Amino acid sequence: MKKIYLDHNATTPMRPEVLDAMLPYFKEKFGNASSIHGFGRDAKVALEEAREKVAEILGASSSEIFFTSGGTESDNLATKGTAFANRKKGRHIVTSKIEHHAILESCKFLEKEGFEVTYLPVNFRGLIDPEDLSNAIRDDTTLVSIMYANNEVGIIQPIEQLSKIAKKMKIYFHTDAVQAAGKIPIDVQKLNVDMLSVSGHKIYGPKGVGAIYIRKGVRIAPLSHGGHHERSRRAGTENVPAIVGLAKALELVVGEMENQNKHLRNLTEAFYKKLMESIPDVVLHGDLDRRIPNTLNLSFKGVEGESIILSLDMKGVAVASGSACTSGTLEPSHVLSAMGVDPAIAQGAIRFSFGRDTAMQDVEYVAGILPEIVQRLRSMSPLYAKKE
Amino acid sequence: MYSAKVMEHFQNPRNVGEIEDADGVGKVGNPVCGDIMALYIKVKDGRIIDAKFKTFGCGAAIATSSMVTELVKGRTLEEAKRISRDTVAEALDGLPPIKMHCSNLAADALHKAIEDYKKRARLKDQK
Repeated sequence: MKKIYLDHNATTPMRPEVLDAMLPYFKEKFGNASSIHGFGRDAKVALEEAREKVAEILGASSSEIFFTSGGTESDNLATKGTAFANRKKGRHIVTSKIEHHAILESCKFLEKEGFEVTYLPVNFRGLIDPEDLSNAIRDDTTLVSIMYANNEVGIIQPIEQLSKIAKKMKIYFHTDAVQAAGKIPIDVQKLNVDMLSVSGHKIYGPKGVGAIYIRKGVRIAPLSHGGHHERSRRAGTENVPAIVGLAKALELVVGEMENQNKHLRNLTEAFYKKLMESIPDVVLHGDLDRRIPNTLNLSFKGVEGESIILSLDMKGVAVASGSACTSGTLEPSHVLSAMGVDPAIAQGAIRFSFGRDTAMQDVEYVAGILPEIVQRLRSMSPLYAKKE
Repeated sequence: MYSAKVMEHFQNPRNVGEIEDADGVGKVGNPVCGDIMALYIKVKDGRIIDAKFKTFGCGAAIATSSMVTELVKGRTLEEAKRISRDTVAEALDGLPPIKMHCSNLAADALHKAIEDYKKRARLKDQK
C-alpha cells in the first residue's frame, strides 16, 4: 500500500542533505565544543558556523542565537526565563488563547508561581485584535508572547502590528515561529520582536533541536544551570550534529521558500476545490488568505475527527486532528473553541498539512477516497440527516 | 492503540441504523465530550429481539456501539441490564485507558434504552 504523509505540521522527514551535513559530527568530529584541543575546536567551529548561519537567516547577530532542545524549550525559556528575571518589575504576562501548549502550559505554571496571565481572544478567523492587546497591557506587564503561525489552522498573526504596541510600552515581545519558519519570511528586525522560537524537525531537520533568538539586552534567566554553554543561558553540552542539521535545514528551507509556497498553495487550493465539489457540508476553519500555504483545517459536518483519521490511516494516509480523542484530552481543540467553532463541528476537525514531498497525485488520491469515507461515517451518525 | 477487534468493529460495524417503531431508545453523550450515541431496541416477551445504533464519535465509540448491539440481541431485559461498560470493553479485547471513560458509552445507552422501554410499558399499563 502506498503511504501518503499529510501531517507535516506534526513533523517532517529529514532531508538527505541535512543528514549528510550532520554525519561527520557523530563520527570523526565528535568533540565537545567546550574542549580546548583540536577535537573540541572542530566542534566549536561547526557550532559557531551554524549559529552565524541561523543568525543571518533570521536577521540577527550570532550572539543573539541560542540553541535548545526544540521549540518547546525555546518557548519555555522565553516565557519563564523573562518572567523570573523581570519579576521585580512586574508579574503580568499577555499571550493568546490559541498558543501552542508549550506556551500555554508554561503560563499556567507561572500562574501557580504567583504571576498573572491574560489570554487574548481571537475572532472567528483566528486573528487577534491589536486593540485587545493595547487594552490588556498593564504597568506590571513584562512580556507579550504571540505565535506567528498557528499549528492547527495555519493562521498568521499580524506580528509587526502587535509587537509595535508592546515595544511602545517597553515590554518584551516573543513570538513562537515554529510553524512559520520556512513558510513565511522571518526577519527579527522587521518583525520587531525581542525573542523568537524555531524548531528543527518542522523544517526537514532533526528532532530534539531548536533555537531561540534573544535580542541583546533582554533580561532572561536560564532554565538549566551548569556550565557556561550558550553564553550561560542554557547549560549543557551542545548537541553539535543536531545544531549543524538545524542550520542546514533552515538554510535549505528558506532558500526554496518561494517555489515551495507556490507548490503548496497549488496543492491546498486544488484539494479544497475538489473536496468542496465532491462532499457536502464541509467547513473550513480560519481564513483562506492569511494562512501558511501548506495547512488546511476542515470539518465534515456530522462526523468525528478520529474516525476519519482511522479510516484514512487504513488506506495509508496520515492526517491529524485537533480533536479530543487523538490528543488525549476530552475537550475539542482549544484553538477552534477560541475561534467560536461549535463543539460538534470542532470535534470533527481534520488538519491536512502538506509538504515539499507531497505530489499533486497524492492530493488527488486523498480527495478521491474521502467522499466515501465521510459518507460511510455520516450514514452511522445521529448528527447528520441525509439530504437527498 | 486499538485492539484488532475494535478496528474490525469500526470497519464493519454491526446493526447500524434506527428502528422506526422501537420499543425503547437510549441517547447519551454530548458534543463537547466528542461522542454521541443513540441506541434503539425492539422487545418481545421480555427479550430484546433487535437492536440498532447511530453514533457520532471516535473509533472506540463506534466499536463499543456495534459490540453492544451484538451482545444484547436475544437477551432478556434482566440479562441485558447486567451488561456493563467493562463487559463491552472486555468483549472488544480492551480499550485504551483514555477511551474507557469518554467513549465507552454504549452500555449507558443500553441501560437508558431499557429504562425507556419500561417507562413506555408502564404508561401503556395505565391506559
